[in-house]
Amino acid sequence: MRVELSRERVNGELRERVEELSGQHLSACYQCGMCTAGCPVVETMDIVPSEVIRLLQLGDVETVLESKTIWICASCLQCASRCPRGVEFSSICDALRAIVLRKRLSAPKVDADEVSSVLVSEAPQMGVVGALRKLNG
Amino acid sequence: MKVPYYPGCTLHERARDFDASARDCAKALGIELEELPIWTCCGAVFPLTTDSVMEILGAVRNLAYAARLGDKVVTLCSFCYNVLKRANKVVRDDPERREKANLFLRADTEAREGIESYLKGDYVGQVDVLHYIEMLRDLVGFDEIEKRVKKRLEGLNVAAYYGCMLLRPANEMEFDDPEQPTIFEEFLSSLGCNVIDFPMKTECCGGFQIVNDEEIAIACSQTVMGSALKRGADVVVTTCPLCRYNLDEKQKEIGERVRDYEKIPVIYFTQLLGLALGLGEEHLDFSENHVDPRPVLAERRLL
Repeated sequence: MRVELSRERVNGELRERVEELSGQHLSACYQCGMCTAGCPVVETMDIVPSEVIRLLQLGDVETVLESKTIWICASCLQCASRCPRGVEFSSICDALRAIVLRKRLSAPKVDADEVSSVLVSEAPQMGVVGALRKLNG
Repeated sequence: MKVPYYPGCTLHERARDFDASARDCAKALGIELEELPIWTCCGAVFPLTTDSVMEILGAVRNLAYAARLGDKVVTLCSFCYNVLKRANKVVRDDPERREKANLFLRADTEAREGIESYLKGDYVGQVDVLHYIEMLRDLVGFDEIEKRVKKRLEGLNVAAYYGCMLLRPANEMEFDDPEQPTIFEEFLSSLGCNVIDFPMKTECCGGFQIVNDEEIAIACSQTVMGSALKRGADVVVTTCPLCRYNLDEKQKEIGERVRDYEKIPVIYFTQLLGLALGLGEEHLDFSENHVDPRPVLAERRLL
């Protein structure tokens, strides 16, 4: 993958916004890959957690905002629990989703009208409410 | 002894078996769970964005209701426990969000004029959030439970599944070691069952992703259940209605895909406690499970 490097991108506003919203220091990550190794849903992701952080470090927020990854994270915090540098990847995902959902950059991942009626009648309420809050905003 | 209790939405609907068994077990141990007179949804998931205020209001409101009854509130659902505890920490540590949340509470109190005002002064985090299992350990004691056991669950191989929300983030939840927790094993030992340790006990079940992409929940559940099965578990116990749903229900799909997959029941820890305390089956309601636990319990002569 080609990534264009420039001072403007690396210090860009959007990258700063991600740090502010997530409360995480992106530069603290030294790319050990522990988050990726421990993630229970990594197989479904198109960009793995440590790569997402690397792209953000280089200022390529746009690629990350378009990835499937940010919608797949289940906020289990295994990554955060094991990170030797104290970086919470789950919080970064929440921040990235917030940027998309608050600015309506794309349609919400879960639409309340389209949740299957079987799930609504069978699944615990907390699951449906949780999905709507995390993936609809 | 009365202890303020926050059930949460799911325990009033889909997980009535969890709520009922917990209340009856507490009663058998001399504790009356006093349900908060008013409560709302806690919000189900804790917002990880640093500027969220609206998203924690539900939780803060419930904590303010609880503050009227005492200095602690007990809950059962892992999601509620996580959200209440983390929102409480925000109120305690973040002056800006504490002030904003209290502005809402004050407006609420004014709007509810006529109803007894629920807020006496600001909510500043005066309530401690306890999980039911912590209540059993700290207010009753596992030793005491062992003495009260009427039917030791001997011969039953039980795997305790913790999942995510009780444990992480460990510095905020302060529940147990995030990688090698033991509180459930200690509890289960007091009931006399054979405790099975398994490496995936703190792995995610897929959680709310069941609504977005069922395949994620199936894959996660297969990892967890496969691990428990390999270690020889007869049943898996949990404390989260969403984990129960994913792990139990998704065995339907796992069974269709994995050759010779042997389904095992997933039950709430309070159902097992009730069994050991000698409560009848009518208190424990095993009818909600996809995989019926009654055959294996009968086989071990526990029903």
